[in-house]
Amino acid sequence: MKTQGKVTGIVSNLVIVEVNGPVAQNEICYIDLAGTKLMAEVIKVIGKLAYVQVFESTRGLRVGTPVEFQGHMLEVTLGPGLLSKNYDGLQHDLSKMKGIFLQRGDYTDALDFDSEWDFTPLVEPGAHVIAADWLGEVPENWVKHKIMVPFTFDGKYTVKSIVPAGKYKLTDTIAVLVDSNGNEHKVTMVQKWPVKKAITAYKEKPRPFKIMETGVRVIDTLNPIAEGGTGFIPGPFGCGKTVLQHALSKQANADMIIMAACGERANEVVEIFTEFPHLDDPRTGRKLMERTTIICNTSNMPVAAREASVYTAMTIGEYYRSMGLKVLLLADSTSRWAQALREMSNRLEELPGPDAFPMDLPAIIANFYARAGFVYLNNGNTGSVTFIGTVSPAGGNLKEPVTESTKKAARCFYALSQQRADSKRYPAIDPMDSYSKYLEYPEIQEYLNKNISPDWVKMVMKAKNIIQRGREAYEQINILGDDGVPLDYHDRYWKAEIIDFVILQQDAFDKIDSNSPLERQRYMLEKVMSICDTNFHFDGFEQCSSYYKRIINVLKQMNYSNFKSEEFYNYEKELETILNERRVQ
Amino acid sequence: MEIKAFQRIYTQLTGITKATVSLRAQGVANEELAMVHGRLAQVVKIMGDMVTLQVFSGTEGIPTNAEVVFFGEPPKLKVGDDLAGRFFDAYGRPMFGDSEVEGEPREIGGPSVNPLRRKQPSELIATGIAGIDLNNTLVTGQKIPFFADPDQPFNQVMAMVALRAQADKIILGGMGLSNDDFLFFKNVFENAGALDRIISFVNTTEQPPVERLLVPDMALTAAEYFAVEKKEKVLVLLTDMTLYADALSIVSNRMDQIPSKDSMPGSLYSDLAKIYEKAVQFPDGGSITIIAVTTLSGGDITHAIPDNTGYITEGQLFLRTDSDTGKVIVDPFRSLSRLKQLVIGKKTREDHPQVMNAAVRLYADAANAKTKLENGFDLTEYDERALKFAHDYSEKLLAIDVNIEVDTMLDTAWQLFAKYFSKTEVAIKNELVQKYWPN
Repeated sequence: MKTQGKVTGIVSNLVIVEVNGPVAQNEICYIDLAGTKLMAEVIKVIGKLAYVQVFESTRGLRVGTPVEFQGHMLEVTLGPGLLSKNYDGLQHDLSKMKGIFLQRGDYTDALDFDSEWDFTPLVEPGAHVIAADWLGEVPENWVKHKIMVPFTFDGKYTVKSIVPAGKYKLTDTIAVLVDSNGNEHKVTMVQKWPVKKAITAYKEKPRPFKIMETGVRVIDTLNPIAEGGTGFIPGPFGCGKTVLQHALSKQANADMIIMAACGERANEVVEIFTEFPHLDDPRTGRKLMERTTIICNTSNMPVAAREASVYTAMTIGEYYRSMGLKVLLLADSTSRWAQALREMSNRLEELPGPDAFPMDLPAIIANFYARAGFVYLNNGNTGSVTFIGTVSPAGGNLKEPVTESTKKAARCFYALSQQRADSKRYPAIDPMDSYSKYLEYPEIQEYLNKNISPDWVKMVMKAKNIIQRGREAYEQINILGDDGVPLDYHDRYWKAEIIDFVILQQDAFDKIDSNSPLERQRYMLEKVMSICDTNFHFDGFEQCSSYYKRIINVLKQMNYSNFKSEEFYNYEKELETILNERRVQ
Repeated sequence: MEIKAFQRIYTQLTGITKATVSLRAQGVANEELAMVHGRLAQVVKIMGDMVTLQVFSGTEGIPTNAEVVFFGEPPKLKVGDDLAGRFFDAYGRPMFGDSEVEGEPREIGGPSVNPLRRKQPSELIATGIAGIDLNNTLVTGQKIPFFADPDQPFNQVMAMVALRAQADKIILGGMGLSNDDFLFFKNVFENAGALDRIISFVNTTEQPPVERLLVPDMALTAAEYFAVEKKEKVLVLLTDMTLYADALSIVSNRMDQIPSKDSMPGSLYSDLAKIYEKAVQFPDGGSITIIAVTTLSGGDITHAIPDNTGYITEGQLFLRTDSDTGKVIVDPFRSLSRLKQLVIGKKTREDHPQVMNAAVRLYADAANAKTKLENGFDLTEYDERALKFAHDYSEKLLAIDVNIEVDTMLDTAWQLFAKYFSKTEVAIKNELVQKYWPN
């Protein structure tokens, strides 16, 4: 018997329900508003009163409206067909909804239950299996989608029977498993999992030791993110957070991309809907949309579902990780999620923490980031969820609670600087304030030196040092004036500018420059560093700046040309000629 | 909204604050309208049989034995072609003793568009102002505010943009508009002979502040009617959103909510997003474009209102008086149109993106030179040229009184480049330089 209740109070989307039976924290219920079911989640219980947050507008709701509790937490449906889907924050398929406007209670299926899938078994009857072990696989776009022992299965099971290869519907029984007590369990291709719990059905989670290539120079070269790592991008509005996230989603070396558009602009999601089905994935030659799933809860969609959306996205990521895939999860923006928590905490009349955010905000954020990671599966394969979230700090102030809490949880920090954005130096990632903790991991250093070039990490550190010294020189020039400092300061400043213009800056809207593979990044960094190591002769600072501007111009043209094309080499020759003009032997 | 027969009339208020009243009542629906002592009010909180109502025009003079009648429905606006050319108050009632609108009543503040049913905006809105068309191109379906100090001529610029923008309908949502500004808009629209495509919802400073909370929803409900049903290009002007947000904070304060940054309600972001996200491009041609005004205090964009706005809108436009030329310009550094990438170089000439960036970069060099000058340092020969360029750029392109086509703007920019700089200093892709550099 399901617990029933009646509405007794309404404050915006917080509804108080008097219940006639047991209810659990985070249990899902449906409010029956004249035939329209409104989904809600229990967030507090006092005696007979359950406080629920409604994932929809509560307009027209009256006291006395019946409520039915479901006996489970907010769950996602996991199975073949998740790829290329566009979901709302609660995993309802947006494409199946009727009409132009989102109607309340229009809850659509996450998967296509009529579809048939080409199943191939991977185990034999008699095999011993545990949760998340692969029973079989079906082709989904270009992924071999594994059908797994449901994550909820506890303990050891024996495969009693498994269907032969063939076409099956999602809900057909494909295997029968027997538990240690001899009970039989039927397994289909679909399983459910509560979004707020991490899926931990893997063998171990080591420290990340590989990097994830993104094609963005300022990330890969200067502050690389590890596969299975975590990073975040805080920045005031207008600094290019979203452009950067889109670049990552297009270029990152991942098997699957999940984008959680959490409380952001609808037009940005439309951009993905519009472009991704046409853009090629350079790795597979297929369309980008085929490796992308979008969880979309834009800023005008119900606030409570915003909080759910990031969890929905993470759970889907963990599901695909269990298949041995490299998943990249992008959430834009986690501040909106935190704000959703704040709105609810406020309605619950909890004592507020800093800036009226709930007191447990840091814990919630840390917990969420901890779900990312590189794992060894039980069968020895590896999989990963790499998570990059954006943060929209109020007033661009990085000392606000969401940024500070995230800084404690994430290992990479990509600070977008207003100053760089104002001078159109995109991507506006500040090279000095940003960091990647992974660059300090010996295992990552070893990986980089082995896979890129033997002295790579040393060279990167040197480049950072030149940027730092260039910045200091610039400050001196500003204080003392162009001719108040030794010529050497100008030289130092302009060498840093070369790194800035050629390595740090990247044109996200240029077909060629937008995506720079590691091999090309190595080539260009070596080129730039060899210039930085060269001494040039100048008669005055004006000569110095105009000379370096010429160098930068040619290097930029190289960035705009196809790598190692004739055009590229021509510019390189031109560069050599310019360098020889003033090189001191 | 007349009172029907046999409606239950409550006569016992149990609480009155400056903006809300509460009473015991049964069967009341959330967000429904009511009449309290002859004033419109809306249900904002229900706790058992205790109902709290927000009284739009304030609670001054309301007695505890005031008559309260519930209407059983949320605020609505009658929509129809009849709306065009008329002026309404915040409740959607015709002003100047005009007759009632013929049309179908529709709930205001309705549901959001399914993001999958949107189309990516791709049509540029030309305004003739280079600070906008060249540097911060507007696109249909975009939402963008002017961030302006109260002394700047934002309403004038907005009226100018509205009239040049060739929209099928222009809907003005005036919140806390001074009567003088209201008459200014009225005059400008009348003189332009454009009155038949203009609809205005106005709350002036003479009217109670909480009333303005209805204005954007009224304006956007009308906009949705024309964009969805009539497939028209609708331009919505909202001025001033700061006063709207102030009204939000008054209500949340009266309801004892814990304020977040700058004493604004914690839900400010969602409240503003609900309005701005009504901007949309539909696949069948209809669109809603929102141009708003957010006034700043002392140019501070870190205040919660402009800050949240900036995260929601697709860019922002800053006005500034250029001390060099004495003209009002659209600030090229701080202004940004996020959707410009969808049209520049695609709907406009191929050299547009690079010319735009190069000009702004050179203008920035001039700004640096200026700082040097102010700090008493010698200028290089390059600095001198940059400063001269900046003067011409500001006068011939950025000034808002310039009204030219985009191609002319680009040609003008190339001429200025050639006049003051060498090709390497401009640093534009070679193939474009070869094609467009004036000889």
